[in-house]
Amino acid sequence: MSARPLKQVHLAAQFPSVQHTVVWSDPAAGSQIDFDSFAHLARTAERGRFDFLFLSEGLRLREHKGRVHDLDVAGRPESLTVLSALSAVTTHLGLAATVNSTFNEPYEVARRLATLDHLSGGRAAWNVVTSHDAFTGENFRRGGFLDEADRYSRAVEFLHTARELWDSWRPGDLRADAASGEFARAGAGRFAHRGRHFDVSGRFSTPPGPQGHPVIIQAGDSAEGREFAAADADVIFSRHADPAGGRAFYRDVKARLATYGRSPADLKIIPSVSYVLGDTPAEAAERAEQVARAQVSPQTALMLVEAVWGRDLSGHDPDGPLPEVDPVPEGVVTRGHTQYRSRGREETVRLWREVAEERGLSTRGLVTELTARPTFVGTPRQVADAMNAFVQGDAADGFVLSPHTVPGGLDEFVDRVVPLLQELGVHRADYTGTTLRDHLGLKPARRPFEETP
Amino acid sequence: MTPRLHLAVALDGTGWHPAAWREPDARPAEVLTARYWADLVREAERGLLDFVTFEDALALQSAAPHHPDDRTDQVRGRLDAVLLAAALAPLTSRIGLVPTTNVTHTEPFHLATGIASLDHASRGRAGWRPQITSRAADAAHFGRRTTPQLTDADVRDSELIAARLRELFDEAHEVAEAVRRLWDSWEDDAVIRDTATGRYLDAAKLHHVDFTGAHFSVRGPSITPRPPQGQPLVTVLAHASTPYGLAAAAADLVYLTPHSRADTTARLDALAAASATHPRPLPQPLKVFADLVVFLDERPGRAAARKRRLDDLDGAPYASDAEVFTGTPGELADLLLDWRGAGLDGFRLRPGALPHDLTAITTGLVPELRRRHAFRTAYEADTLRGLLRLPRPANRYATGTR
Repeated sequence: MSARPLKQVHLAAQFPSVQHTVVWSDPAAGSQIDFDSFAHLARTAERGRFDFLFLSEGLRLREHKGRVHDLDVAGRPESLTVLSALSAVTTHLGLAATVNSTFNEPYEVARRLATLDHLSGGRAAWNVVTSHDAFTGENFRRGGFLDEADRYSRAVEFLHTARELWDSWRPGDLRADAASGEFARAGAGRFAHRGRHFDVSGRFSTPPGPQGHPVIIQAGDSAEGREFAAADADVIFSRHADPAGGRAFYRDVKARLATYGRSPADLKIIPSVSYVLGDTPAEAAERAEQVARAQVSPQTALMLVEAVWGRDLSGHDPDGPLPEVDPVPEGVVTRGHTQYRSRGREETVRLWREVAEERGLSTRGLVTELTARPTFVGTPRQVADAMNAFVQGDAADGFVLSPHTVPGGLDEFVDRVVPLLQELGVHRADYTGTTLRDHLGLKPARRPFEETP
Repeated sequence: MTPRLHLAVALDGTGWHPAAWREPDARPAEVLTARYWADLVREAERGLLDFVTFEDALALQSAAPHHPDDRTDQVRGRLDAVLLAAALAPLTSRIGLVPTTNVTHTEPFHLATGIASLDHASRGRAGWRPQITSRAADAAHFGRRTTPQLTDADVRDSELIAARLRELFDEAHEVAEAVRRLWDSWEDDAVIRDTATGRYLDAAKLHHVDFTGAHFSVRGPSITPRPPQGQPLVTVLAHASTPYGLAAAAADLVYLTPHSRADTTARLDALAAASATHPRPLPQPLKVFADLVVFLDERPGRAAARKRRLDDLDGAPYASDAEVFTGTPGELADLLLDWRGAGLDGFRLRPGALPHDLTAITTGLVPELRRRHAFRTAYEADTLRGLLRLPRPANRYATGTR
């Protein structure tokens, strides 16, 4: 192996919400909505010198068989609002908001992100997500106006328009010079964008924050999503948390960067991972088993099978084998779930049957195996070593940790694994910069903004 | 004992006078920082004020109410008010935080979740001031619709403005209704965490709001559980009959802009007339505040001289939709208690220059009112509704019998 310097392991944390992997039944599980829960997780991540905290977004509660889905945690604050509040109780931690490019408009999103960047002193990030479904659209003026095929072209143009808005204030446009009486330069904030999705012009209300442009995050896995990330993102949330899949994805995405005149360091790849720790390997495995049982209750196992099968399976015994009935090709029992969109239904069912048969698993056992297996299980030393090997082996640049309880689910990781990563020399002992771009080792945005001339 | 006055302060940039940023104690280079706003709001909280409001618009500031301008000698550039209020929530503990938002271009669903999230982050201190777009040019920022263009003649008359923008006011009413329904779309005890049945939620306690108006529809429920106050405080600034109707039908609190005690009476009458034709679905009577721009100094004559100096810098005498007061804290206390007698619950003061006129309110006016037993000596509640003696409303969807 060549003697290259050790890569740093970039760590981010997600405030877990909506997935069945959140163990709300744990006696230590706290509120999913109280600000204290968010503040606790943010402070813990900052104590662990993480790069950033990430919040997902909800625009429509999921429904199962025509009713609001009631088995998983649901209900969360609007992400930019709570991140703005968190900017007041943290000093270095990056604050990443998921904001949909379909049910928003560039002017408003750009000003809100610029605002968070100001309020936090340069710690804002934007996870650009797309959607197109009419189900979500029912909560918005335009309804389901966008074809699925157009969701990325709108997202790309949305992001480019936002950048034009941030760049509409040039360095030195804010003068605030009482002696001369000039507050802003003439024409500051003027913009005009004409494109397929947006035809907008005028004056932008909010000069960009300390980072110029917030950090851009992308999460799509399709070829289109990867190309979007290679062209435009600073961070990609990957779903490839196994070493082989991680390496393949890493190679693929990093190779796309040259086309856009970017170097491999310009885009950080961090898969979303989970973990269970124990004092011994056996204890960790035992705890992992308990967590998985809590994550996949009999009711949840049945619900997920119904979602995949596309039909009502009431009465099916979750502790028995998978249902023998065929899936309904166009059946929709669950709305607002995106979990099974990537693979076709028939293909998913075939795969599930294959695994269940091969390993002799019950319905609940199979669902547990497929949806509730933590990425890292072991002693703190084992987990630190495995994470480090994953990163040094170019399967990723770091991780987004998704604890399975709030607000304390990250405490143990920060107390026990982070010191070991620091000992290995792959995680900072203290922040060396002030902005999220600094933490991620990213270049300043293209047009850094000078606030006080 | 006479009821005590309620006092709010309206914060905007470096104060309401367009040349205020040029004062020696102004901090114009900091208007986009959290520290600047934290200092102001903490000062207001030290003065035990009921709440602060934050101005906003989906446009760059302009000296004209109806079109953009190219002036470079006034404060330009501002932060999103909801996010600003959220950042101040953990830094304060009692004072209400009331951001202004646009309701013409912003999605009602996003407004509902944003204000609800502010209420969660502040543990029950959120309010909201919905505002329509009065500048047609702003619509080009979104490219999705057009709105009426006001003329120079229109903007001299509040009734003309309101008539021209009636459609937008009607839409604002729909937005407020949709938002209120979304706030109620989760019953307070919807989260049950029932391990026996594996259910986190009681789905029967979440409600589709199915709002359908002339301008939009929203299905619901909200993504955000019911805010701590149940319904955050909805406030409306109103200058004419149409917005009086909006306030009567949809708001918890209205800001009027009277120019004298007699005018206060006249406006209260007009508000009552509008209320008669706008049924109020809310159980509590509308709270009524009057807005005043204030320049305050202890030494007689000094505030007026200060305003004149700023007027000279700006090139024109400052005028406002609200009455502009210059004088001493004692004189202002006299005026407030006089006008209050016409039937007001309180006042929203717009400091002419920051921090000067805010500090004069908290350290001059407040003690003066207290000497007259007309203002609180300690916060008596920890929610904004509580400070205004408004109960936490029942949920419109709760049957209470489940």
